Amino acid sequence: MPEASVAAPQLDPHRHSVRAFARRLFALTRKEVRQLLRDKSNLSIGLLLPVILMLIFGYGLSLDVKNAPIAVVMDDSSPTAMEAVVGLQLSPFLSPIMLTSMREAEAKMLAREVDGIVRVPSNYSSELAAGHGSIQVIVHGAEASRASIILNYVTATLAQQGVRSLDRVGGIGKGGLGYIDVESRLWFNESNTSTWYLVPGLIVLIITLVGAFLTALVMAREWERGTFEALFVSPVKPVEILLAKIIPYFCVGIIGLAMCLVTARFLFGVPIMGSLLILLFASVLYLLVALGIGLLISSVTKNQFMASQVSLLVSLLPVLMLSGFMFDLRNVPLPISIIGHLFPATHFMSLIKTLMLAGNVWPQIIVQCSILIAYAVFFISAARFVTRKRLD
Amino acid sequence: MNAAGSAVQVQGLHKQFLDKESGRTIVALRDINLAIPAGTISAFVGPDGAGKTTLLRLLAGLLRVETGSIEVLGVDAKRDPQQIQDRISYMPQRFGLYEDLSVQENLDLYADLHGVGAQARVERYARLMEMTGLAKFTERPAGKLSGGMKQKLGLACTLVRSPELLLLDEPTVGVDPLSRVELWEIVEQLRHDEHLTVIISTAYLDEAERCAQVYVMHEGEVLAHGTPQALSDHARGRCFMARSPSKQPSRLLQSRLLDADDMVIDAVPQGGDVRFILNEQTQSDALCLRKILDGARVEEVSPRLEDGFMVLMRAKLHHDKGETDASLAAVSLSKSVTGADACGGAARDEVMIEVRDLVRKFGDFIAVNSTSFAVRRGEIFGLLGPNGAGKTTTFRMLCGLLPATSGFLQVAGVNLRTARANARRRIGYVSQKFSLYGNLSVKENLEFFGGAYGLRGQRLRQRIATVTEQFELHGLERTPSGHLPGGFKQRLAMAVGLLHEPDILFLDEPTSGTDPLARREFWRRITALANAGVTVIITTHFLDEAEYCDRIVIQDAGELKALGTPREVWVQAGHSATSPLNMEKAFIDIVNQARQSAQRNDKEVASA
Repeated sequence: MPEASVAAPQLDPHRHSVRAFARRLFALTRKEVRQLLRDKSNLSIGLLLPVILMLIFGYGLSLDVKNAPIAVVMDDSSPTAMEAVVGLQLSPFLSPIMLTSMREAEAKMLAREVDGIVRVPSNYSSELAAGHGSIQVIVHGAEASRASIILNYVTATLAQQGVRSLDRVGGIGKGGLGYIDVESRLWFNESNTSTWYLVPGLIVLIITLVGAFLTALVMAREWERGTFEALFVSPVKPVEILLAKIIPYFCVGIIGLAMCLVTARFLFGVPIMGSLLILLFASVLYLLVALGIGLLISSVTKNQFMASQVSLLVSLLPVLMLSGFMFDLRNVPLPISIIGHLFPATHFMSLIKTLMLAGNVWPQIIVQCSILIAYAVFFISAARFVTRKRLD
Repeated sequence: MNAAGSAVQVQGLHKQFLDKESGRTIVALRDINLAIPAGTISAFVGPDGAGKTTLLRLLAGLLRVETGSIEVLGVDAKRDPQQIQDRISYMPQRFGLYEDLSVQENLDLYADLHGVGAQARVERYARLMEMTGLAKFTERPAGKLSGGMKQKLGLACTLVRSPELLLLDEPTVGVDPLSRVELWEIVEQLRHDEHLTVIISTAYLDEAERCAQVYVMHEGEVLAHGTPQALSDHARGRCFMARSPSKQPSRLLQSRLLDADDMVIDAVPQGGDVRFILNEQTQSDALCLRKILDGARVEEVSPRLEDGFMVLMRAKLHHDKGETDASLAAVSLSKSVTGADACGGAARDEVMIEVRDLVRKFGDFIAVNSTSFAVRRGEIFGLLGPNGAGKTTTFRMLCGLLPATSGFLQVAGVNLRTARANARRRIGYVSQKFSLYGNLSVKENLEFFGGAYGLRGQRLRQRIATVTEQFELHGLERTPSGHLPGGFKQRLAMAVGLLHEPDILFLDEPTSGTDPLARREFWRRITALANAGVTVIITTHFLDEAEYCDRIVIQDAGELKALGTPREVWVQAGHSATSPLNMEKAFIDIVNQARQSAQRNDKEVASA
């Protein structure tokens, strides 16, 4: 063996090692990008699924009540009675159907063709003149939350009409007794649409999907296919392997995030009340956390099937169930809430909701971002720790 | 580098693993000492589980060194595995290629990782392309190359720069003979041109014979080491060739010799004759031996490495508690062999499989083209060919797993194109991966498959008892089949395949990746089965195994190139009828002739 070639590696000056690092990282990253681009299924999970989810959640899944059909039974056909219910027709939330018999209305209710019945009794005008007119409101209670929303809309509409007619008589009579005018306003989700509430959560879901679920497969795949065995016997360092896995998926995650934000803003009109920059910064932090979780799972399980199961269990399901995406964590029992707060997604969820719907709440931004940074550092270093160039 | 000029120094190396499932510690290597001189080719040979792969991985710094010391290129593997990995190249058993990257991209990746400059790369690539013949396929994804091509690409990736040490882990397993020859040419040329040190692990003893130094390993220990010559000498004076006078297949004489295991260490068919090794106590003119030979002409021959290996292995097996399962099996088999001789005469001429103008297309690609042959009862019929030649496709059509595009196909008297289910009942199939349920016990596997074949009650119990006896599986009934060693798995797979007493047994590459001992044992069973009247159809990569077959076909690029007894094929390859048979040479000649005459390029081979 010639002496020179033996000594060569030790003579390699330090400045060269930086260049060698960059060269290897570039080669590995290029390899990952090529693999990613050629694997149509992974790429579509990364880029197509976010759009599909946005559209499904944005259009398909809505907790709102709009144009709820209401049967209006007019036993009293006087102008006063007509005036009482005309407001229902103007409401964007209700669409009244005028009927003449209660039996007909009940039949429609049973068939679920209407969500409620408003009945104006035959003595309405005379009773009103006597100062105590009453209107019967019946709501289909099968879906409790929808029923209470409809009940609210109906009573509010009817009450407004009552106020208007009082105004017209110039405050004489009832006005003297004084009435309370309830003017309700919703803050932070002014239009009271669930899309506003769901979309920020969806961004969390999509980042988790790209970060944890996709990367969970990439390390495991190399272990399974035995490609690491060959790759390890080369000047490659573990940190280069990890970085090369993070970079392409980071980019896919950013693209997914951008698509989410654009659809949120322009398709669904979700406002971004806080700073876009801080929103992006927090999202990048959470993306790094998700990537770290994915790589850690992948490096530990070394098996694609196991990795996908585990990542489903510890990243996607908690986002759906425990992060406050659908169910507010303040309403759950304390132990569940504590468990929920162990997941980084929960912190990012509350942060992104605040940033989009409320604005820059600095104490919260600082606390949640610090938590996310801690998680990111923890998971990525743990992934680095378990990735050894060893087979045992 | 130390003064001794050793590329690798290993002292007192032990290695053990913890089996997570059973919680037991498995000793993989025991007191290994190596001194591998620089600039030579050395080989690790030994049966499955001997520790060859573990040892190579330790040398590559991929496993933790616990006890003992390893020095590679003067670097301590325990202290600085990274420095070793910077300087050596290693090709794992599965080649370690990225299948979704193209040939060029795989090469570029490794060239980048090793920091090969643009100028050096141009020269190096040109040389690698010339050596490997991959130039035509640079744009093809590695996953779409044939096994032989993958192996060459794997080798090319390890050689993008000149390593100081090259480690190759069973590089020729599952690779056809043509590719094996080419790989060895490349390795030997590199050693010559660049003074490269090469360590190779292999199950092929003829390959080890080309190395300067051979380490014979068994169950984690090095049994012996030295030059192939020195190892062969263990069998010096005890190797003989016997030529059977009658026209009967040489495997009959071979099994008679093997049955006399108090005198004979090993017997294999070779070149139409039987090569056998006597133990130390037996003289070649011993009376009882002459009785077995039954007038066969015997002459002494010089030993090969394989003979030395067999002597060492047998000595080792005798040393460990006298007898092992391998020799036990031989005893029980001899009974079944003698008991089955009744089957003969007219039944032997019955045609079990008839194939006429069989064609199978996949889209435009013709995988099998107008192939015709017939197989009689009790024949051992071998399908041979390079990767992608169409032997697996032919095989699958015969088993009824794949419908033929056109042609006539009759198996066990049933036309497969019209009544596949009926034919299936009469055939047994042992796939390459054995198709056993790993977490079911041996007995449960037998019960399940028996039920699947429609056996039940008394009959099922009786058949299970019979095959358990026949394949020496008693005592293992409760063991999950996933925990069985490779050889036992194969036995169980064969037991399963024979549960419903099929007339025909199909075996797909049953000996791929198994060591010489396990292969001997396997062929004894097959020979016994054939004698009992079972027709055996087998595919194999090992061409010396063609000699166990009564007749063989050689396929290449979907076409049948040769058909007949090994001797007839040897003549078809253009050799004289009396010259000693060499199946590997016959095979290479026939495939090369066919390729040249057809003026066909390698394209079809690589794409399959």
